Amino acid sequence: MNQFLMSIGYMHWVLPALLVIPTLGALVIWADGLRFRGQPEGDDVVSGKASSPRIIAFTTLLIEFIVSVGLWWSFDPTLVGWQAVFDVSWIPSWGIRFHLGLDGISLIMVLLTTSTMALAGLGSWTSIRKKSHTYYALLLILGMGMLGVFMALDLFLFYVMWEVMLVPMYFIIGIWGSERRVYASMKFIIFTLVGSLLMLVAVVYLGLHAKSPITDIPNFDYDTVLRTVHFTPTTSLLLFGAFFMAFAVKVPMFPFHTWLPDAHVEAPTPGSVVLASLMLKLGAFGFLRVAVPLFPDAAMNDTVRTIMLTLAVISIMYGALVSLVQPDFKKLVAYSSVSHLGFVMLGIFALTVQSVQGALIVMINHAISTGALFFLIGMLYERRHTHVIEEFGGIARVMPMFAAALTFVTFSSIGVPGTNGFVGEFLVLIGTFRTYPLFAFIATLVVIISASYLLWAIQRILFNALDKKINFHIPDLNFREIALLVPLMAGILWLGLYPKPVLSRMQVSAEHFVQSVQTRVLNTVAEGND
Amino acid sequence: MRPFDLSVPSQLMAALGPELLLMGGAALLLLWAGWGRSSMQRQRAVGLTAMALTFAVGVYVVWSLYQVRSATGGPIAVDNFRWLADVVILLGTLFALALTIDDNARQQLATAESHVLILFSSSGMMLLAAAQDLMIVFLGIEIMSIAVYCLAGINRRSARGAEASLKYFLLGAFATGFLLYGMALVYGATGTTNLADIAVRVSELNLGHSPLLLIGIAILFIGFGFKTASVPFHMWTPDVYDGSPPSITAYMAATVKAAAFAALLRVWMEAFPGEFRVWQPIIAGIAIATMIVGNVVGLAQKNVVRMLAYSSIAHAGYLLIALAAASSQSGSTVLFYLLVYTLTTFGAFGIIIVLARGTDRPVMMEDFTGLWAVRPWLALGMGFLMFSFLGLPMFGGAGFFAKWYILQAALQAPVPQTTLAVVLVLTTVVSAGYYLYVVMVMFMKPRPEGAAVPAPAPMLTRAVVVISVVAVLLLGIVPEQVVRLARAGAMKPVATVQAAPATVGAVDQ
Repeated sequence: MNQFLMSIGYMHWVLPALLVIPTLGALVIWADGLRFRGQPEGDDVVSGKASSPRIIAFTTLLIEFIVSVGLWWSFDPTLVGWQAVFDVSWIPSWGIRFHLGLDGISLIMVLLTTSTMALAGLGSWTSIRKKSHTYYALLLILGMGMLGVFMALDLFLFYVMWEVMLVPMYFIIGIWGSERRVYASMKFIIFTLVGSLLMLVAVVYLGLHAKSPITDIPNFDYDTVLRTVHFTPTTSLLLFGAFFMAFAVKVPMFPFHTWLPDAHVEAPTPGSVVLASLMLKLGAFGFLRVAVPLFPDAAMNDTVRTIMLTLAVISIMYGALVSLVQPDFKKLVAYSSVSHLGFVMLGIFALTVQSVQGALIVMINHAISTGALFFLIGMLYERRHTHVIEEFGGIARVMPMFAAALTFVTFSSIGVPGTNGFVGEFLVLIGTFRTYPLFAFIATLVVIISASYLLWAIQRILFNALDKKINFHIPDLNFREIALLVPLMAGILWLGLYPKPVLSRMQVSAEHFVQSVQTRVLNTVAEGND
Repeated sequence: MRPFDLSVPSQLMAALGPELLLMGGAALLLLWAGWGRSSMQRQRAVGLTAMALTFAVGVYVVWSLYQVRSATGGPIAVDNFRWLADVVILLGTLFALALTIDDNARQQLATAESHVLILFSSSGMMLLAAAQDLMIVFLGIEIMSIAVYCLAGINRRSARGAEASLKYFLLGAFATGFLLYGMALVYGATGTTNLADIAVRVSELNLGHSPLLLIGIAILFIGFGFKTASVPFHMWTPDVYDGSPPSITAYMAATVKAAAFAALLRVWMEAFPGEFRVWQPIIAGIAIATMIVGNVVGLAQKNVVRMLAYSSIAHAGYLLIALAAASSQSGSTVLFYLLVYTLTTFGAFGIIIVLARGTDRPVMMEDFTGLWAVRPWLALGMGFLMFSFLGLPMFGGAGFFAKWYILQAALQAPVPQTTLAVVLVLTTVVSAGYYLYVVMVMFMKPRPEGAAVPAPAPMLTRAVVVISVVAVLLLGIVPEQVVRLARAGAMKPVATVQAAPATVGAVDQ
């Protein structure tokens, strides 16, 4: 396999190709939409107008996935440093380059994105019923933007891609969402902008700081910036704060999370899946790639670190407790995301090899399990047009396959041993226990709550008495929906039973991350003592 | 080539070639416009000829740019900054003429004079961009402003137009008084009106703390603050913009502002570098106030033109950052920003003209409701332009790079202006509230029952909208060429001007 990939120069063109393919797909869909100009609006699925864009979009996303899968073999997990690098000049006057590359962490994130996007394309099949051309074009651009963030090695490009994915999501929530969609989309974009524009200032500052002394042209290259960041503690803290705002809103960490329930609940099913599975990961990825490595002394400063860990633990606890009382299933899952991402943040800031690896696994698991949960909720919604738990009851009797799938995915989300969820949270807790036993202890207690809110919810949905007439004849999953869920459930089992291939690909990068941050913190302390 | 010797009249004339061509052409066109009965055909013919003339002057300007000639010290500057500012001004003039031809036709106004007035006003602006002497600055501002006062009220049947025109005229005259008084005080303190000489005298005679000079500078800024619509001299903006014909409003918002900023930058960077420490914090404060007031009050607007008026105030605040930074990048930053702002503004007003449907009524946010369902291309264009105003990358095209450039200038300044940069981005978030409101009503609200479908745009308006949207998006992907051009228009930073007064002083014998 590897030799075949080498022979076609795969590693040289794969990253730009991953950005070009969805863009071309979006253009094709847009051109296809011109055929329907002037036709009255209606239900696109019924009128057949949706058939061509969804086929084009799914084909594009499938091609994208197949192209990206080659990375799994051609990536050398033993190397530290960037692989599959693509680097061309973009705006030389400002020293901006189109520089892409992967390490183990971004490799896994890219594969996660391409696979989830393909499933999201499939999941949109019948849930998107109006303006389908625009929707599928935006979905492709959205995927392109997220891949761009994971691959960017130029801070300017990182910022551009960060904003590029914002606009399609804004429209997807605002046009195809449910009743309060306009409010939710506005809240989403304003929250994100506050963070990301502060990040813009920080990016400019870093680029100018790293400028070449000869030509006086700024330099935004990640490695160069990493070499040149030596600031006073105050500057360092302010810059870290700017990046923190951008990423903490996206994660979201506790006081910045209020956009999330609204956006998740109002977004159409595939939108919620993309938000939960991928967009939230971008925040955590930002901490791993930018905020912590560039400003280790600020991030690992005792006060800052304690604040971060406290916020993480509050997120874990708050998300779980609020989930417990949600009458709306979709909102319940949305708040559970706050809780899960709290584990990720806990792992990152505990900064042991185990906890960081655990955080990465929680990221992947959460993408798979919560993505699957949102898909299942969407399937239920298409049948009954409600998310409210009380409206259901005993539907396991009419939808046995759905019930099996939901139960299985719930187990994964709770972290039952044998599913993927167990490994990640366990590693985070063990890793954190070494450095911060108190935080680990509190977080462990919450694991019990997280089991109870989901189990209680599925009990009320699936297993209580089948007492509402409207639920007597809900059709069970169809072939497309099964095809959608099988890969997700296979992923859950695979990562639960044999996570080694994934772990080994991230191992070196995670260790490198922890070591480089620790060394640099030690160096700064040593300099301070001199 | 040899530099122009500005003490020789013929060489001075040659250095002012593009301005004279425009003025002379405009004078001839005035004869044609005023000859005989006015009619719609004549209005159109004069307008098209005016566009051709503007284009010819534009070619002349670009030719001059590539001549790379300089000039000895004198009343006017011959440098890249001037030529590039001229390009931006002439681009705005072309757009304004195109929109005015269509707008006159739709409102049944057979006033061929409007085109001539635009040309006169533009020649004043070009003079402003060239001015290196306070007298020329005054001349340029007056030629520009008086024509624009008339243009604001060119629709004699419109009561709102008359109100706008009168308001603009009275307040403008008042501001001109300040401008002239400021110039007089500066002259009184330094004994010269030439910008370079002022800088030299200030440093040689140690006038840094002369109250006469400082008061003069402050009063001079009031005059400029009015023209650039900076807080607290912005009050006229929404009323005047709202009452004037939309094509003229776009011209006022983009091109008049471009010329005023070009002159402001040159006067402050060339004449008053010695007082940098005094005026810098004041300008920074005004920039902050302008950004905050423009964006926050913009949130409350229901009338789209008034919303864009406050947006234009906010953009004046962003541009003032470039002045407050006073870095080597300031000139090119302002040029690039003004180019993008001109494109975006004219595009947006072109769409507003389409939605106004030839009436004199104000265009409200509701007119945009559900536009996507009936006129998808128009909605798409407006969406891109709103993102450009907001400054989002890719979807907002060059609007993002314009803001990026300002941020870069602010942080690269001799004294980094981090506070200004942070205020810029935070007020940008506020501005998302109204720019995205337009996007929201267009794309996320259904078209109300019985709302009229806007008629197709006439050719010229359509051309303006298409050109501006495409240019903004293209510049958002490949800005390199334009950036390089703008960098050619860099001004000497304040610090180096201070360091080298002796060479300039030799001229002043």
